[in-house]
Amino acid sequence: MLTLARAKPIFAGLKFAVGEIRDKKKAHGTEGDVRDKRPRQPGVSAAFSPRNEILRSTRLMTRQMSGARMVIQALADQGVDTVFGYPGGAVLPIYDEIIAQNHIRHFLVRHEQGAVHAAEGYARTTGKPGVVLVTSGPGATNSVTGLTDALMDSVPIVLISGQVPTFMIGNDAFQEADTVGITRPCTKHNWLVKDTEVLAGVIHHAFHVATAGRPGPVLVDIPKDVQFATGTYRDPKETAPSRYQPQVRGDPEAIEQLAEWMETAAKPILYTGGGVINSGARACELLRQLADETGFPVTSTLMGLGAYPASGPNWLGMLGMHGMYESNMAMHDCDLMINVGARFDDRITGRLSAFSPDSRKAHIDIDRSSINKAIQVEIPIVGDVENVLEDLLARWRKRGRRTNSEGLAEWRAQIENWKSVNCLNYRRSDRSIKPQHAIQRLEKITRGMDRYVTTEVGQHQMWAAQFMAFEEPFRWMTSGGLGTMGYGLPASIGVQVARPESLVINVAGEASWLMNMQEMGTAVQYKLPVKQFILNNERLGMVRQWQELLHGERYSHSWSDALPDFVKLGEAFGCKGIAVSNPADLDDAIQEMLEYDGPVIFDCQVEKHENCFPMIPSGEPHNKMLLGESAAQGAIGDAGAVLV
Amino acid sequence: MKKLKIKKGASRKSAYDLRSPLEDELETHTLSVLVDNEAGVLARVIGLFSGRGYNIDSLTVAEVDREGKRSRITIVTNGKPAVIEQIKAQLERMVPVYLVSDLTIDGPSVERELALLKVRGQGAQRVEALRLADIFRAKVVDSTLESFVFEITGVPEKVDAFADLLKPLELVEVARTGVVGMSRGSQADY
Repeated sequence: MLTLARAKPIFAGLKFAVGEIRDKKKAHGTEGDVRDKRPRQPGVSAAFSPRNEILRSTRLMTRQMSGARMVIQALADQGVDTVFGYPGGAVLPIYDEIIAQNHIRHFLVRHEQGAVHAAEGYARTTGKPGVVLVTSGPGATNSVTGLTDALMDSVPIVLISGQVPTFMIGNDAFQEADTVGITRPCTKHNWLVKDTEVLAGVIHHAFHVATAGRPGPVLVDIPKDVQFATGTYRDPKETAPSRYQPQVRGDPEAIEQLAEWMETAAKPILYTGGGVINSGARACELLRQLADETGFPVTSTLMGLGAYPASGPNWLGMLGMHGMYESNMAMHDCDLMINVGARFDDRITGRLSAFSPDSRKAHIDIDRSSINKAIQVEIPIVGDVENVLEDLLARWRKRGRRTNSEGLAEWRAQIENWKSVNCLNYRRSDRSIKPQHAIQRLEKITRGMDRYVTTEVGQHQMWAAQFMAFEEPFRWMTSGGLGTMGYGLPASIGVQVARPESLVINVAGEASWLMNMQEMGTAVQYKLPVKQFILNNERLGMVRQWQELLHGERYSHSWSDALPDFVKLGEAFGCKGIAVSNPADLDDAIQEMLEYDGPVIFDCQVEKHENCFPMIPSGEPHNKMLLGESAAQGAIGDAGAVLV
Repeated sequence: MKKLKIKKGASRKSAYDLRSPLEDELETHTLSVLVDNEAGVLARVIGLFSGRGYNIDSLTVAEVDREGKRSRITIVTNGKPAVIEQIKAQLERMVPVYLVSDLTIDGPSVERELALLKVRGQGAQRVEALRLADIFRAKVVDSTLESFVFEITGVPEKVDAFADLLKPLELVEVARTGVVGMSRGSQADY
């Protein structure tokens, strides 16, 4: 039932020998065409590419080479086939090596922040670490937002930055910045490599750290003289195994205890998060088995959408501040909460003291520091979701697959009752396009397609999470923890690079989109047909909503008086722009967007003052949800702003 | 354990684990952190404390294993029990951290601090200062006709007490190393 294609390297089929003098023009000529029609070798991972085979067969495992060459060799040995980057003085030796080979594809972005977000999109699609190459100083500082975003959302990123030569470090040299100092708090780990001899080992270690345990971004800062100097290359096998080995197996006693509680729980809920998706396809499959065999309802955080299918019988929908009414009510009233790879984020919990007061809680997380950080739990289980769910299912099955069927039936009836509130209801309009309606139509028209969705941050993001249905993991990329406006466009580029044949849509707001709109140049250069679905309300919608509801309608600086003409902007970038403002034209316009073979900027001019509901106001508990101005108000009594 | 309804493993280390972690009173803990002696490792640890708003009462660091390139950082911190737990978890997940032991609750331990105290004075004051130093087993490591520098080693409370007594005798300068410590017994951390 799960059809999760493993990452297929784009150039796995390429053959050439190491050291071969390559036709630079040819290497250049492939840059523009991502929709590469060359035959692929499914199942052949880049780590076992012909080039590496040659290395192994001739036993050239340790060799002398320049630091710059070493970077490329190490990337190749780590199975990297795609790099997002931007050249500059301090990384030119590495760029010399990049153009002299065509194993690794380099995508020139327009801003280093875009490079990191693109790599994040790539990583979250493929499950492989995203690789970024930037120069010293401004190149590194521009990437800080992307690194922080990746840290918050646990995305494996390996960023390689150039640095001024070692003998100039500390002299305020041109384009010098204390990169490891600046990025220390926003990476999982970082290294300044001062000796070419250790460079290869550091890069291999960096890949291990980025992907082992809770994934995250790492940075390797390489001074220019280290790139020029010659040293001994060691491949991953020759590199000493890292001491960094996070625990992946859960404590059997804790798992047994949870299996026992699952048998008696009358009001259980599975609260799942991005950790399930990070753990992999198998973890998602196990979650589906667990939910379907026990009949426990499933809700998910923003980051975990797709781990359990939206069409699944136990699906409640997203929870949290703008989550579904039924999800939040079920979280509040449950008697057993099983947190699988989520972290009790403040957008989820609302007021901590009133969070799910009557439940016993279990928390499965690979990061021990996530457990008991915000919410104290009865059963902490440190381990990888895949392993823990495997053990949990095995234990529960062995104990006799028992559940409290009577309690569960009542619980399901209660949940159906909450569902009937129809919390996503909104007032329809014939005169203007309601943003919710626009997303509903987009969802309807693209349902069943081989579709990937990225978003920016704000109201449109929440509407996309509410109204779009995800059947599979790895198809939804959004900036959850950091809430980075400007994430979606570059992320959509990274996704499209990984999935050249698929439909990639960035659901955006015009304000977020403008933050990294320069990346349209990247999309056009590499013929990446990303669809920029912009819900344009000429406002900073979520800011405006908060000002209306919580700040006395003081609309301080939350609108833009000088927006570009997005159709002309599309033309200026050399792609297509489509504008639509009449609800009657919406479907045709979406169809036109989908049919256009290339990037599209879709300017969907929507109702300007729509608010995103339902909503838990900050500091309120789950059962104090605002249901908004929808028609459902009457259905649950009209006590003011409808607090249930 | 089952009869007592104590969670299994809860008392594995100490009776302290049986308390509700939601208690509000601040506690002072001494953490001994064994790390790779690599560039920036101290900045990483300190950055964790400042970035997440934890307290540092004292911190000492020095290389303790030259061949293995390891350093020991001893941190005295205070916070609510849940915060102390969080500090340990956050330290443990750092890549260059080998081991975090909580000397305060992991078992009996020795903790020592070294301090240098400069006292200025003449005549009877000098005699009194020397007498106090003798009581506290402090050593004179420098002397002029109108000053002494004392060296004292002990738990922080002892150093505090000595400094308090010297204050009326014109104590003009104090330098303290902060606490170092390790567990008692034959067990070694690494």
